[in-house]
Amino acid sequence: MAYVRKDLVGLKDLSKDEILFILDQAEKFKEINQRDVKKVPTLKGKTIVNLFFEPSTRTRTSFEIAGKRLSADTINFTSSSSSTTKGETLIDTVKNIESMNSDIFVVRHAFSGSVKFIAENTKAAVVNAGDGTNEHPTQALLDLLTIKEHKKKLEGLNVAIIGDITHSRVARSNIWAMKKIGINIKLFGPKTMLPKETAPFDSYIAKNLEDAVEDCDVIMMLRIQKERMSSVLLPSDREYAKFFGLNKNKLKKAKKDAIIMHPGPINRGVELSSELADCTQSVILDQVENGVAARMAVLYILSNNI
Amino acid sequence: MREKEILNAHEIDGIVTRLSFQIIEKCQDLSNMKLVGIKRRGATLADRIAKKINEFKKTEVDVGYLDITLYRDDLSEISDFPQILGTEINFDVKNKNIILVDDVIYTGRTVRAAMDAITDLGRPKKIIFTALIDRGHRELPIQPDFTGKYVPTSLDEKINVYLKELDLKDSVSIEKMK
Repeated sequence: MAYVRKDLVGLKDLSKDEILFILDQAEKFKEINQRDVKKVPTLKGKTIVNLFFEPSTRTRTSFEIAGKRLSADTINFTSSSSSTTKGETLIDTVKNIESMNSDIFVVRHAFSGSVKFIAENTKAAVVNAGDGTNEHPTQALLDLLTIKEHKKKLEGLNVAIIGDITHSRVARSNIWAMKKIGINIKLFGPKTMLPKETAPFDSYIAKNLEDAVEDCDVIMMLRIQKERMSSVLLPSDREYAKFFGLNKNKLKKAKKDAIIMHPGPINRGVELSSELADCTQSVILDQVENGVAARMAVLYILSNNI
Repeated sequence: MREKEILNAHEIDGIVTRLSFQIIEKCQDLSNMKLVGIKRRGATLADRIAKKINEFKKTEVDVGYLDITLYRDDLSEISDFPQILGTEINFDVKNKNIILVDDVIYTGRTVRAAMDAITDLGRPKKIIFTALIDRGHRELPIQPDFTGKYVPTSLDEKINVYLKELDLKDSVSIEKMK
């Protein structure tokens, strides 16, 4: 069992074994983050370039920390202060940075499929850090790692994914992976935010929020992605909170030990009440913590394949 | 025959007993001593040595397990994927006498990596290295403090250590590669 691909573009193409392998390795990296000296010399001399064509704090910082804890040199590139504003094409930008002997690119871009395009046009390993509404594989991996840690298993769990499914790359990556692993998925959100295409969304669509969370082990709330909406899909934040937001009362339908997840950033009081975001069932900060270990595992595995 | 047994189960047990006594003799203060086995066979041997010491001295010594994969200097040269097994050391190594245990010492590179891995966790008072088999051919100036058996080998030979916990039998053999 191993992972022999050059890149991590999406979980759609991965087998169950490949996903479980990355998770297994990620668990082993957690210990390093608890040490006084949080650093191992494994990727010494490797150069990791974070190519972020879209804003990000969590993911970029997480990748940067992951690379640094493995002793790689991590360089951040943000599109606003670069030659892309002067009209350079995407592949030209990538080729130029590749010429400086970079080993791994971590790419975020607003266009779905752009990361795959880059991966096909460079010798360096490429990690997808979110491409448009397509995939965000490392987020799904850290979500699965967090679920496994709290529930001690993955197969057979009931998971509700609630919110803006159409615009969510987090939901897509999670759904692809969860289906392969054998997790039962329920989806819920406003009709305007439920995808029209079927695969991989041929899951149960809940009638209302209570129906969605009923008997669930895991409730994953998604952020309303206003930046990706072309037209007005919501009357108001208050109406969204009323019908699609999670609060203490609606949570009662779920299993007593259900965990609440959110990929961040949270719109407090909209999709998730403040009370729940900070309660003991909320594992939102565990997700962030596990993100570093998951990304360390991905960088380590890919660096062995280049 | 390609593979020849050089130690049987009884002999391995005798050697582990002797190594345990040598460790006890060297470390008067057992409370400050911690065993660290290098995964995987070294970890199993560390467990066995700990069991012996606990029986003789009616004590409870701490055992930790070290995965040195992240510290190797030959990651790109090995064909199999270097899977991370995880380090499990649940004690502070600072100012402790660390008994490092592995099954075979060969080039010395694993021990070098293990020493780096341990010192990243803290500054031990002392590191003592114990190996079940010393097969020679060192590439670094590293020698074990206690050796179970010295086995002169040639470079085209391989030492196989089998331990019950992992391999269903206790045996050490030497194998000629083509």
